[in-house]
Amino acid sequence: MAQYLLSVVTPGAGEQPTAEQLEPIMARVEQLRTDMQQAGAWVFTGGLEAPSTATVLRPEGDDVLLVDGPFAEGKEYLGGFTVVEAPDLDAALDWGRRTVAAIGLPIEVRPFAW
Amino acid sequence: MSPLEQVFREAHGRAVAVLARQLGDLDLAEEAVAEAFAVAAATWPDRGTPPSPVGWVITTARHKAVDRLRREAVGTAKLAEVARLQAGPGQEEVGAVRDDQLRLLFTCCHPALAPESRVALTLRMVGGLTTPEIARAFLVPEATMAARITRAKHKIAKARIPYRVPAEADLPARWASVLAVVHLVGTEAHSPATGTEPTRPDLAADAIRLARLLVALRPDEPEARGLLALLLLTASRAPARARPLDRQDRSLWDRAQVEEGQELVRQCLRVGRPGTHQVQAAIAAVHADAATWADTDWAQVVALYDLLPATPVVALNRAVAVAELDGPSVGLALVDRVDLDRSPVLHAVRADLLRRLDRVDEARAAYDAALARTQNTAEQADLHRRRAALP
Repeated sequence: MAQYLLSVVTPGAGEQPTAEQLEPIMARVEQLRTDMQQAGAWVFTGGLEAPSTATVLRPEGDDVLLVDGPFAEGKEYLGGFTVVEAPDLDAALDWGRRTVAAIGLPIEVRPFAW
Repeated sequence: MSPLEQVFREAHGRAVAVLARQLGDLDLAEEAVAEAFAVAAATWPDRGTPPSPVGWVITTARHKAVDRLRREAVGTAKLAEVARLQAGPGQEEVGAVRDDQLRLLFTCCHPALAPESRVALTLRMVGGLTTPEIARAFLVPEATMAARITRAKHKIAKARIPYRVPAEADLPARWASVLAVVHLVGTEAHSPATGTEPTRPDLAADAIRLARLLVALRPDEPEARGLLALLLLTASRAPARARPLDRQDRSLWDRAQVEEGQELVRQCLRVGRPGTHQVQAAIAAVHADAATWADTDWAQVVALYDLLPATPVVALNRAVAVAELDGPSVGLALVDRVDLDRSPVLHAVRADLLRRLDRVDEARAAYDAALARTQNTAEQADLHRRRAALP
């Protein structure tokens, strides 16, 4: 078994979904998590706050410097992620496909190295 | 191609396919096969070719892989694998080679790999082409192609792209990509971008063999049948390929391949679910029906081209047919709208049409443009002949 990171590729610009729009999405995400758990594939799921809430720590000689904001500004950001266990890429891609169906955003599937 | 090279080309795809399954590692399989070939090249000329060359290559490659695993073994898991391989089967695996070859094909054509990597990897793994050969076929620098193949193999290993034929339910989604790659292998066979021969029968045979496997896998799916028909009808012209289609001696065409191709096209027509490969096969069948270029049913050819997506290559071929139907000036106007400047074929077609319109200077310049764009010496010789024949 290998582990895969399913990242939610979230657009940075444009309108953010309203609470009403989010509700059915969250219900589908919950259902998917249950399905993953029942299949023994689920490891972890989390949704992230906006990148504007991030703080970056940079090594500065012996010191650590604090910087406001995300480490890289991009058109998209990591909005949330799920870690699954899967025997191979096809199985991981199936979970990825179901995540796309639940959230309606692009999902990046990437294997863990260790 | 020497007899030894012939055996290597035939054995490569089968040996890699079998070993990749046994080893679970494409890279290791390929290296082991390369080592086995090196031993063969050193010993066969003196001792003679073994009775079953492919079986010999597979067995020798397995020993090489076992040696390597033993050398590199650091943990018990690897040692267990060595033990398992040594206890493994000896000769009988050749019968299961068909399944292994399909596995290898579907792995190389996995949709998680970039389209340009899929065909490169297939030519390398299944077809046994070297990286420089593949680089020349796709007109990219060797280093670029080497990096592309390495990256694809790395992804297969690290992301665990499975080594298997997809389940029945997943086959439709995987089908088009596999057919497209087999078609490209056939295309490279029929007009190699480089080399001294106008065709590569070894690659054509690979493509036909793979298409047969795909037809057997999904007998009710007409596109694979159409692709097989197209590959056969195209390969049938190989003995006459020193000249372009309009001046070929059609009595040289391989009758058995023509007849099988035409029968497959008829089967496709009965199914009545046309697709791009079937339509292209139907066009090839119309050509095969005609005793000469002049006898071709051009209206039928144009009508069939109209069914295909209007890619630049389709537009160019359609323009050639229109030129026969409506005259060279109408054809030329269409050719000049095709965006395919890097293709030697486009410039050769232009040159022929300009010659027919008595625009000799422009025709000469167009032949020069075609010559500048091909590295295949057989094609160059033909272009030189046509250029020299200008008044």
